[in-house]
Amino acid sequence: MSHSASAHGDNYLNHSHGLKSWLLTLDHKRIGLMYLFVILGMFLLGGLFALGVRLELFSPGMQYLTMDQYNRFFTYHGAIMVFMVIIPLIPAAIGNFILPMQIGAKDVAFPRWNLVSFYVYILGATIASSTLFLKGVDTGWTFYAPYSIKTGSSATLVLLGAFIMGFSSILTGLNFIVTIHKLRAPGLTWDRLPLFLWALYATSIIQVLATPVLAITLLLLVLERVIGIGIFDPTLGGDPVLFQHFFWFYSHPAVYIMVLPAMGVISDVIPAFSRKPVFGYKAIAAATFGIALVSFVVWGHHMFVSGQSDFANFVFSFLTMLVAVPTGVKVFSWLGTMYKGSLRFDTPMLYAMGFLFVFTIGGLTGVFLAVVSVDVHLTATYFVVAHFHYVMVGGTLLAFLAGLHYWFPKFSGKMYSEGPARLASWMIMVGFNVTFFPQFILGVLGMPRRYADYLPQLTTLNRISTMGSWILGLGFLVVAWNLARGLKSGRASGPNPWGALTLEWMTASPPPHENFLVEPVVTDGPYEYRGEKALMGDNA
Amino acid sequence: MNKLLLCLLLITSTAQATTIPVAASDVAQSWDGIYWFLVYLSLVFFVGIVAAMIIFAVKYRSGVYKKPKYIHGNTPLEIIWTVIPTILLFVCFGWGWQVYKEMIHAPSDSMEVRVIGKQWLWQFVYKNGTSSVGDLFVPVNKPVKLIMSSEDVLHAFFIPNFRVKKDVVPGMYSNVWFEAKVPGIHQVYCTEYCGTSHSGMLARLIVLSEAQWKDWLSGKKIDVDALPADPTFPGFRANRLGEGMHDAQAGTQAGGQLSLADKGKALVSSKGCVACHSADGSKLVGPSYKGLYGREEKVVEGGKTVSVNVDDNYLRESIENPLAKVVEGYPPSMPPYKGLVNEEELAAIIEYIKSLK
Repeated sequence: MSHSASAHGDNYLNHSHGLKSWLLTLDHKRIGLMYLFVILGMFLLGGLFALGVRLELFSPGMQYLTMDQYNRFFTYHGAIMVFMVIIPLIPAAIGNFILPMQIGAKDVAFPRWNLVSFYVYILGATIASSTLFLKGVDTGWTFYAPYSIKTGSSATLVLLGAFIMGFSSILTGLNFIVTIHKLRAPGLTWDRLPLFLWALYATSIIQVLATPVLAITLLLLVLERVIGIGIFDPTLGGDPVLFQHFFWFYSHPAVYIMVLPAMGVISDVIPAFSRKPVFGYKAIAAATFGIALVSFVVWGHHMFVSGQSDFANFVFSFLTMLVAVPTGVKVFSWLGTMYKGSLRFDTPMLYAMGFLFVFTIGGLTGVFLAVVSVDVHLTATYFVVAHFHYVMVGGTLLAFLAGLHYWFPKFSGKMYSEGPARLASWMIMVGFNVTFFPQFILGVLGMPRRYADYLPQLTTLNRISTMGSWILGLGFLVVAWNLARGLKSGRASGPNPWGALTLEWMTASPPPHENFLVEPVVTDGPYEYRGEKALMGDNA
Repeated sequence: MNKLLLCLLLITSTAQATTIPVAASDVAQSWDGIYWFLVYLSLVFFVGIVAAMIIFAVKYRSGVYKKPKYIHGNTPLEIIWTVIPTILLFVCFGWGWQVYKEMIHAPSDSMEVRVIGKQWLWQFVYKNGTSSVGDLFVPVNKPVKLIMSSEDVLHAFFIPNFRVKKDVVPGMYSNVWFEAKVPGIHQVYCTEYCGTSHSGMLARLIVLSEAQWKDWLSGKKIDVDALPADPTFPGFRANRLGEGMHDAQAGTQAGGQLSLADKGKALVSSKGCVACHSADGSKLVGPSYKGLYGREEKVVEGGKTVSVNVDDNYLRESIENPLAKVVEGYPPSMPPYKGLVNEEELAAIIEYIKSLK
C-alpha cells in the first residue's frame, strides 16, 4: 500500500482483508488487538471461576461443588488471572498497540518476534487450559512443593504451559526495550518519554531478568514430578522451602510486571483530563525504576512463616518497607497533578480516580503485611486475598479499564456511549469494594484462604462478599456491551478526542498502517498541557 | 461536638471489638498494639488522599476552574512526601520487629508438645506418652512450645486468638509458642493449602486450669462441651474437624503406658542404635547420647569442619541422613534411617536423647 492510499481513508483495519491477514500480520497494532481479544477471553474464563468460588462460599458447608472441584476452581482462577491475564494484559495488549505510536515509530524493533511471542503465548495458554478437559489442577497458582509433586492432577501440563508463556513475556520485554532505545522519533529525548513508556520499559527489564528464574523453577518442578530429581521433595532429600524462594524470586517482581504498567496508564490519563502537566515527572519516572529495583530483593516477605531464618525475616521486612516510599511518591504526584487543574470526568478519568481510591487501600494494607509480626497473623488469611485483589483488580484492572476507554477511539476511530460507560465504572467500583473489603475483616478474624468450607460464624461477611461479586460481574458485562456497541455503531471520534499531547494522538484514529504518514518531530514534553480545552467539548 | 466525639468513640470501640479475635495472650496484646497503630495511621493517609481527591474534583472541575495552573512540581513538597513516609515506615518496621521478638522467643521453662500434621488432621504428642488427635489440651498461664513436623505435605498451624502461625514442613521441625491467659476453647486452623480437605484440617486448643489439665493428662475424660466457647465468637462452638470427620476424642490415647522418652529408649534398642551409641557417656563407634542435646558440636560437613548446636533439627537430620554432618573424630559409617522411622518414633527418640542430660 502506498502513502497516497493512506491519505484516502486507508487505515490499519482496512489495509488488508481476510482472516489470514490478521493471523499472519506483523503489524504491532493488529498483534496488540489479537492479544487483547484472547486475554479478554481468558479474563472471562478466570472470572467465571471466581464467581463459582464466591458462589460456593455464599454459605458454609458444600453446596454446589465438591472440595476437590472447589480446589480446582480457585487454582484455575488464580493461574488464569495471573499468568494469562494480568501479566500480559497491559504490556502485551495495550502496550503493543501504543508503545511504537508513542515514540513515533512504524512498528516495534522486531515485528516477527512480536508475532512469535503472540503464538508462544497461545501455545502455552492452550497447553495449560487443555487440563480443564483432563484431570484439572488443584495446586493453587503457587504450585507449592511437595503437594504439587504428589498431586494426581494434571499439574505437569499447567507447569509446562506457564513455562512456555514465560518465553512470550521475555520476547515481548526484549522487543520493547530495543524499540524504546532505537526507534524514538527525532526530538523524543529520554526526559520527554511519556510515563507510560517509562513504566513499560521498567516492566520489560523485570520480564527479561526475572522470568528465566520462573522458567527454571517450573522446569525443575516438572522434572521432580516426572523423574524425581530430589531437589524439592523432602522424601528424596530435597527442600520444599527452596521451591518457595525460587518461586517468589520471580513472582514478587511479577507483581510489579502487573502493576507498573497500570501506574503508567494512570500517569498518562490524569494529566490529559486535568489539562495540566504531570506533577513531578522525574520523580514518577525515578519511582518507577526504584520500585522495579527493590522488587528483586523483597521476595522473602512471602515467607515470613515458612521456616526461613529470623535474620532473613528481619532483612526482608526492612527492605519491603522501601517499596512503599516510591509508591507513595506516585500517589502524591498524581494528586499534585489534579491540584489546580481543570478537571474533566470522562470515563478514563473516573477509572483513574477509582484507581487512586482502591490502590491507596491496596498499598496501605501492604504495609501491614510488610511488618513481620503483623504478617504472622495475617498471612495466608483472607486479609492477603483482599490486599492483593485491591492491588491487582483495584489497581491493574481499573487502570486497564481507564486505558481501554482512553485508547478505545485510537483503536477503533469510534466513541462508546459515555452514559453506560460511567454507570459501569460506578458498578465496578461499588461491586469491587463490596466484594473485597469484607475480606480484610474475615482475614483479621482468622479465616484462612483456599478454604472450601468455613465456620458458620463467618457467614454474613462471606455473603456480602459474594453479593459484591455479582455487582462486579454485571459491571464488566455493561462494559463489554457498551464497548461492543461503540465498535459497531459508535460515532466517529476524530483523531484526538481528548486533546491529548502524546504522539499516538498526532495521527488519524484508527491509525494508518504505517502509523504516521510523516515522521513526527518532538519539540516538547509529553504533558505540556496549558489549559487549552479538550477537543471533545466540555461535558464536565 | 462532645456528642460527635462520643459517637466516634463508640464506633471505634465497636469496630475494635468485632473485627478482631480476642487477644488471649500477652503476645496477642502486643500484636494488637501495632495492628491498631497501623490501622489508624493508614486511615490518616487514606482519608487525607481521598479527601484531597474529592476536594480537588469539586473545586477544580473544568466547569468552574478554567485556567489550570501551569506547574511541573514542587521540590520541597516532593522531599517532604518522600521523607516523612520513610520515617513512619521505619517506625512501623522497628515496632513490628520488637513484637516479632516476643513471638519467637519461647521462655526456657516452656512445656513442650510435639505436633504432627498429616492430610488432614493434627496429632499432638505429650512428654508422658499421651497422644491426641484434633484437640490440644494445655494448662492456662503456662508457656507452651510446639515442636511441629509434617508427615506428608506443607501445613501451617494457626491460632488466631494468640496471633501465632508457622508452617509445618515435612523433613524439619518448626516451632510456635504461646501462653494462654484465657481458659476455654480456641480455634486452630491449617493455613497452608494441603489438598482436598484443607478446610477440614481444624483443631481445638483447649485451655484448662492446671488441676484439670493434670487430670486429663492422667487419663481422665474432660467434658469439653461444658467449657466456655471460643471467646472470639461466644455464640458458636469452636470446630475440631470439618463436617463428616470422625470424633477426635476417640483418638486420644491417654498416657499410663510409657512416656515419650521411654518409648524412645525402647526404640533405640529395637532399632539397633545402642550398638554404636551409649547412654552413659562412654565412647562407642558413634557419640554417646548423654549430654548431647544443646551442646555445641564440631562436625564435618562437605569436607569442612563447622560448629553446630545440637537441637531437634540437627538430631532429626543425623538420624535420617547421618552422613550430612558427621561429628569430628567419628567414622562416617551410620546408615540412613530415612523411611525406617516415622514422625512419632522420631519424636520419641529425640525426646529420649533430650532426657539424658
